[in-house]
Amino acid sequence: MDRTHELLDPIQQTGEERMVLNLGPQHPATHGVLRLVLELEGETVVNCKPVIGYLHTGFEKSFEVRNYLQNVTLTDRMDYLAPLSNNFGYSLTVEKALQIEVPPRAAVARIALVELTRIGSHLTYLASQAMDTGAISIFLYCFREREKLLDIFELCSGQRMMTSYIRPGGLALDLPPGFEKSVDSFLNEFPARLAEYEALLTENGIWQERTVGVGILPAEDAIALGVTGPNLRASGIDWDIRKATPYGGYEEYEFAVPVGTRGDVFSRYQQRLTEMRESVKIVRQALNRLPAGPHMTRDRKVAYPPRSELATSMEALIHHFKLATEGYRVPAGEVYQAIESPRGELGFYLVSDGSSRPYRLRVRAPSFVNIQALARVAAGHLVADLIALIGSLDPVMGEVDR
Amino acid sequence: MSEQQAAVAEATNPIPTPVVAKVREQFGEQVLEVRERLGETTIVVRSEAIVALARFLRDHPDLAFNHLSDVTAVDYLNLNREPRFDVVYHFYSIPKRHRLRVRAPVPEDDPTIATLTVLWPGASFPEREVYDLFGIQFAGHPDLTRILMPDDWVGHPLRKDYPIYGEEIEFSHNRETVERKTLGYG
Repeated sequence: MDRTHELLDPIQQTGEERMVLNLGPQHPATHGVLRLVLELEGETVVNCKPVIGYLHTGFEKSFEVRNYLQNVTLTDRMDYLAPLSNNFGYSLTVEKALQIEVPPRAAVARIALVELTRIGSHLTYLASQAMDTGAISIFLYCFREREKLLDIFELCSGQRMMTSYIRPGGLALDLPPGFEKSVDSFLNEFPARLAEYEALLTENGIWQERTVGVGILPAEDAIALGVTGPNLRASGIDWDIRKATPYGGYEEYEFAVPVGTRGDVFSRYQQRLTEMRESVKIVRQALNRLPAGPHMTRDRKVAYPPRSELATSMEALIHHFKLATEGYRVPAGEVYQAIESPRGELGFYLVSDGSSRPYRLRVRAPSFVNIQALARVAAGHLVADLIALIGSLDPVMGEVDR
Repeated sequence: MSEQQAAVAEATNPIPTPVVAKVREQFGEQVLEVRERLGETTIVVRSEAIVALARFLRDHPDLAFNHLSDVTAVDYLNLNREPRFDVVYHFYSIPKRHRLRVRAPVPEDDPTIATLTVLWPGASFPEREVYDLFGIQFAGHPDLTRILMPDDWVGHPLRKDYPIYGEEIEFSHNRETVERKTLGYG
């Protein structure tokens, strides 16, 4: 009897015998505290169930007992690889509910900062994706670049990660002297570095073996699963919120929305590389048009009066007191504002009862929804490919669990 | 609102009246209310109609709401409203670039609504979150279990009658009334 086929095909050999394997929540390749319960046939994944909640912090409950300004600090801590994006999304939501405008300088600076954040976040993606598949030097290179971005954020806000720099009404502080220079030097240097990383990976035979054709997510499945952001665009859907429904001034910038074709790990990798290049263009445009002027709205009902006025103006003192003790009130009603965060549609749904604290603030976190696609793309792959897959979807557990 | 802002708001939500008209025409009595505010459209609908409405929104060629952005809930206990909960859906149409919010009121004594996982498998996690944090049941959901809280947790933290801190803090003025808990270690 010819047993060649049986011997070469371990799945057939094991027949119905399946093994359940627990991956995480403390596995280095699960990007934080993601736990996966895998059902395996030999080394092939038959079923993959994400178990989340290990980082649940109850932010949505905490929002309800803090005022609108205090809540900015909580948004940093959700997607901790893109804190400025979270600040931005939250601020836009509150500004929409308050119907206030942001001064031009703040609006332009915000776009620059958020796009730098996108570059930083995608660099972390590239670093961890490469390291998960065995290319450790890329990890070190990417973190070297990201460090420069964190230096810029620190220069602005005093904090490397938990910036709380973008606030309802504008920016917490004016851009520091030296901001333009450091961003400029980053922008001059970065494209060449990116080309270097690409030269190391894109044509690399081992990299292609690990990524091309692995974890294909068809477009219709991506939509059915609610996947957004680079993961959706890599599957061939042209939807970027910055272009589709511009917010915060994006309609004034020229940039392309790259769209992938195959929807595999390699597509998602290329997608993020191209997005970084587009972000560089946006930051450059923002830097060129950065106007002088105030960094915070002059609406005294929302923004603190300048320190110098407190000693001379009774009204300034009253405003200061009201803002410090109670905060500003937001008109009753509901508002939804979505932004294109580095990971996809980041939506804030605010229900206000007219008080100075949100009655309900819901965060539609892109990673939380995207991670559902893992089961779909993992089926039929080897466990080693699963590691590459987790990285390619780029979930941030702080945002998944909130 | 400045002219520019108004223009953007309009571009963001290209006049959704046809959407509302189509929904009204199809669902008539089931639509309880339609609200327009800050360029956003909200349709309040009877909870029984949610699956039919979602299917209609998704499959009608002029509406094409093919992306279910979010499922969440709001507890109106503190505002003394009946019914107590609203399940809130955000739909978005990727081809048509428009957004719609649908609210479905759900009463406290029977907090149940049909699942949308039959239309969007991606509704699974958000619905589990609403179940976990609000205690609203999604009938027909394939795996309605807790998702963020531990499996053996008691209570639903995002309900308004769930305290923000686990237990009352003891001070000298309330020492007599605070419920003391035996911690079991000391």
